[in-house]
Amino acid sequence: MTTILKTSNLSIGYKSKRETVIIAENLNLNLTSGKLISLIGANGIGKSTLLRTITGIQPPLSGNVFLNDKNINTYKPLDLAQNLSLVLTEKLPPSNLSVFELVALGRQPYTNWIGTLTQTDIKKVQEALELTQIEHLAQKKHYEISDGQLQKVLIARALAQDTPLIILDEPTTHLDLLHKVSLFKLLKKLTHETQKCILFSTHDIDLAIQMSDEMIIMTPELIVQDEPCNLISKGSFTTLFKDEHIIFDAEKGKFVIT
Amino acid sequence: MFFLDISLGSVTIPFKEVYTSLTGGQASKSTWEYIIINYRLPKAITAMLVGVGLSVSGLLMQTLFRNPLAGPDVLGLSSGAILAVAIVILGAGLLPSFLNTILLSPYGIVLASTLGSVAVLMLVLLVAQRLRNTMAILIVGLMFASFTSSIVGVLTYFSSAEQLQKFTFWSLGSLGNLSWTSIVVLGVCISFGLLLSASSIKPLNALLLGENYAKSMGLNYKRARLIIIFATSILAGSVTAFAGPIAFIGLAVPHIAKLTFQTSNHAVLYWSTFFYGGIIMLFCDIASQLPGLDTTLPINAITSIIGAPVVVYLLMRKRNFQ
Repeated sequence: MTTILKTSNLSIGYKSKRETVIIAENLNLNLTSGKLISLIGANGIGKSTLLRTITGIQPPLSGNVFLNDKNINTYKPLDLAQNLSLVLTEKLPPSNLSVFELVALGRQPYTNWIGTLTQTDIKKVQEALELTQIEHLAQKKHYEISDGQLQKVLIARALAQDTPLIILDEPTTHLDLLHKVSLFKLLKKLTHETQKCILFSTHDIDLAIQMSDEMIIMTPELIVQDEPCNLISKGSFTTLFKDEHIIFDAEKGKFVIT
Repeated sequence: MFFLDISLGSVTIPFKEVYTSLTGGQASKSTWEYIIINYRLPKAITAMLVGVGLSVSGLLMQTLFRNPLAGPDVLGLSSGAILAVAIVILGAGLLPSFLNTILLSPYGIVLASTLGSVAVLMLVLLVAQRLRNTMAILIVGLMFASFTSSIVGVLTYFSSAEQLQKFTFWSLGSLGNLSWTSIVVLGVCISFGLLLSASSIKPLNALLLGENYAKSMGLNYKRARLIIIFATSILAGSVTAFAGPIAFIGLAVPHIAKLTFQTSNHAVLYWSTFFYGGIIMLFCDIASQLPGLDTTLPINAITSIIGAPVVVYLLMRKRNFQ
């Protein structure tokens, strides 16, 4: 088990000319290979800011993010693309891309100037399609498939990018319970079969508790990273929402409304 | 198509004679040879250059702005050219007289529209470097277009009927009247723009997933965007400078290519747009000078008359428009 991404005394937030907004300070997170790690927290707590900072899109206020022992802000775009892939929440622009073409775009960091796919590239794309069990969709256009299938396609694209770390931003929104569970299972299977590290943010806390190897909980006071059962016994979930009517039931491992 | 375009025109010349003059032989009438070498051949070459240039730049804009309604004119380059030419033709009375003699010559108009396009190009590149949001560039271009049309409106209000006619003729576009030197200049500009576009095929494919995915796949977005905008500016700017603001081709041809090939892969789209652009423009040129017609119709009228029904037809037939 090796460390893939590490933060040391990281402070995240926004800096403008007039003021500096600190969202969290002194973060020491550690993402290791073969682990499925979920990031949870209330809306507006700064999950996206944290993800933007550890993916190098936004500079940290202080401290460092290390990806494979190298500061993430010193990566060239192409090197970074070979070490970190993303699955985003944004809607895809209209296009005629087929599922195969979309997944194959994940090979861009490796292809030549015009994007020709070599035998290796095609093999990697096939593998990604197999791992996500969407081979039968390969020739469909990406707008012809359901939301749940599209999410798998986007994950396959990230797999084809062949990076040790995949970060997903709220992959389970817009999905029903059945598809949420199957997506979580898929992510879990992928981490264990490929030894990649997968970090994802989610609002499906009950499912995340059951499926993740580790969790990162964001509250206004602190950010903790640990295994779900340890977090339950520490009582970390009780501080997640500032509402007296939402209580965490430690025995059942889920939130109840009183 | 190229040969057909050269063969047809208001003076009827037999096909055999056309072939002889093109291959360097002596045509049986020296006027025919003159018409072909100095009038029809340059016009056909111009038609192809214009068609290819506008179509490819339209393709670039539609992908960059993720907008099927984008065309080469969205950056405001043709507006810049229109404004400059309008000032020269319509505002002639306001300019010092020694400038007028230079500016009202045929080259003056080419010069003015070149300067107009280049000025807007500089503005667009400046804006592109300062603005993070790509959609904002689109809005700046549209604002500039409506700004231009108001100024032109004001200028027409103060100008004579003769000036108005001249300006209207220019704004209808023209493929003829280009000297061989102009064609070489246009050809060099278009080739350069096409090379830049070809080098952007991979970034354009990445952009099909949107800006953020493209970045996450290792694309240097700012640089790619600058190259794409620069390529479009060179293509659309040089065409407008030499042939006037030719409408519709840049918008319609990429759609015709997308609808017939049913793909978004820019390696395919680039070449299909390239050839469709050249062929369709030649076809429009032929249509504008059909045998039996004494006069040559303005090219801008033809492009829309032919292009609009074709796009609508393709849309109706293939419903999954993307």
